[in-house]
Amino acid sequence: MEALTQRSKPVDRSPMTWLERIYLWNIFKGMLITFTHFFKKRATIKYPEQTRPFSPVFRGLHVLNRDEEGRERCTACGLCAVACPAEAITMEAAERLPDEENLYREEKYAAKYEINMLRCIFCGLCEDACPKDAIYLSETFAPANYSRKSFIYGKKDLLIPNPVTNKEEYDIAKGLIEKKKKKS
Amino acid sequence: MAETPLFKVTIDNITIEVPAGTTILNAARQIGGDVTPPAMCYYSKLKNSGGKCRTCLVEVAAGSTADPRPMPKLVASCRTNVMDGMIVKNITSERVQDARAGVVEFLLINHPLDCPVCDQAGECHLQDLSYEHGAEGTRFEFSKRIFKKHDLGPYIQLHMTRCILCYRCVFVADQLTNKRVHGVLDRGDHAEIATHIEKALDNDFIGNVIDVCPVGALTDKTFRFKNRVWFTKPVNASCNCSKCSGKVHLWMRGDEVLRVTARKDEWGEVEDWICNECRFERKDIKDWTIEGPVKVNRHSVISQGHYVGLKKPNETFSKVMNGRNPRLLMDIHSVSEVNKPGVNLAAIKGPAHSTDFDPPKKEISNE
Repeated sequence: MEALTQRSKPVDRSPMTWLERIYLWNIFKGMLITFTHFFKKRATIKYPEQTRPFSPVFRGLHVLNRDEEGRERCTACGLCAVACPAEAITMEAAERLPDEENLYREEKYAAKYEINMLRCIFCGLCEDACPKDAIYLSETFAPANYSRKSFIYGKKDLLIPNPVTNKEEYDIAKGLIEKKKKKS
Repeated sequence: MAETPLFKVTIDNITIEVPAGTTILNAARQIGGDVTPPAMCYYSKLKNSGGKCRTCLVEVAAGSTADPRPMPKLVASCRTNVMDGMIVKNITSERVQDARAGVVEFLLINHPLDCPVCDQAGECHLQDLSYEHGAEGTRFEFSKRIFKKHDLGPYIQLHMTRCILCYRCVFVADQLTNKRVHGVLDRGDHAEIATHIEKALDNDFIGNVIDVCPVGALTDKTFRFKNRVWFTKPVNASCNCSKCSGKVHLWMRGDEVLRVTARKDEWGEVEDWICNECRFERKDIKDWTIEGPVKVNRHSVISQGHYVGLKKPNETFSKVMNGRNPRLLMDIHSVSEVNKPGVNLAAIKGPAHSTDFDPPKKEISNE
């Protein structure tokens, strides 16, 4: 049969030469390859201390956005949930009370908002569907955990910190402060 | 009585025979499908409705066999009767499509486009119309009209900014109830649906204004913000009601009856008017005899997530494992805050507030 690829070589059964017989030479050749790798660029990083930059289009953990006045943008229109192919998003809407106008942007808001991270496939369709710029996929991973229960993310876990009352946390969440610390 | 003569009318190259006195729109509805012009204000169950929104404009290419001249302008098909040998163009006419796009643009000039908040979204005729004929953006550069909020009582929510002034609700009050207390006040840009003096609409059949409203201007306060239409499951149900036929659609989440509406046909018109008691008071599953699921158009957003004709595979686990059932690793209700067994949304009279959910609002918002 004709060879299908160029790779297969007939086994060389000729008797070993002197260099091959002392073995050390071949070991030295192998060690030389290993040695040159010391001076090559490392393929790995020390993960928890160092992190790789994310692509700007990376689809990671969700955040629920607030507007510049710190009000929640989400109006519980349900478009993210209807767009979600994994049916990971559920919500319950409520009407804003007169004294809650500084908390919620629109008349209607999401009283409950949950994403089941066990179901989520991070496709980003919720982000595409959102008419209010309320949900974004951030440049972080959903952290690993031992219990299933901790993967049901409620509004507590998803909402970005308030930029008015909690500016520092907000900047950290936005990735503004950490960058400054590195430079200084 | 003499037999009404049958007129032959051709709509978009489809010929149909209809009795004299039928409007072009109704003749087109008998054909059905794409050739039917959309109608925002015409309602076949309401006398004198139609002729206001101009979305049903069609081109008449030949008036009749006796006088085959074309009509010079586009005509409102809901108000124009067919003639023998009339040739009508709807979707085959460029002029009609262009005019309809213009009409939609005008209807949307003052429409707030707050569909994410609006309860009508998903079953809104204006939404459907805009998807089909509307432009992507607006050319309107001015601020939209706003109105003073008007309270229409505990059952009906009025959002005047969304109104397109189709007058259907006025006809409902005129023709179904014994006393009309609301109407269109003022003129031109200021025209609004309101009661002259702050007055609640509390007639027995006044709830039907919610069903006839083609947009979200009149919505059900007992359903307000409870859920999106496409997350509720519509079922046919009936009850023994002394006032009305009792034939309704229930819009359910699990066993909760979130909303009751009259049954609607393929044109979005109600089949039987229902009374206020059925619509607003009977929010318990025990009040109703459920007949079966509503057939929802497969292209409607309401049918999203409704898995029909689903064949569940046989569960083989217990057979293989000698009768042992798989261990449930997590009961979602033990973690999830949504749809808690303790909170019954259907039992809340109006829209839910932060006070209706636990934990109270401070835990959620003050991060």
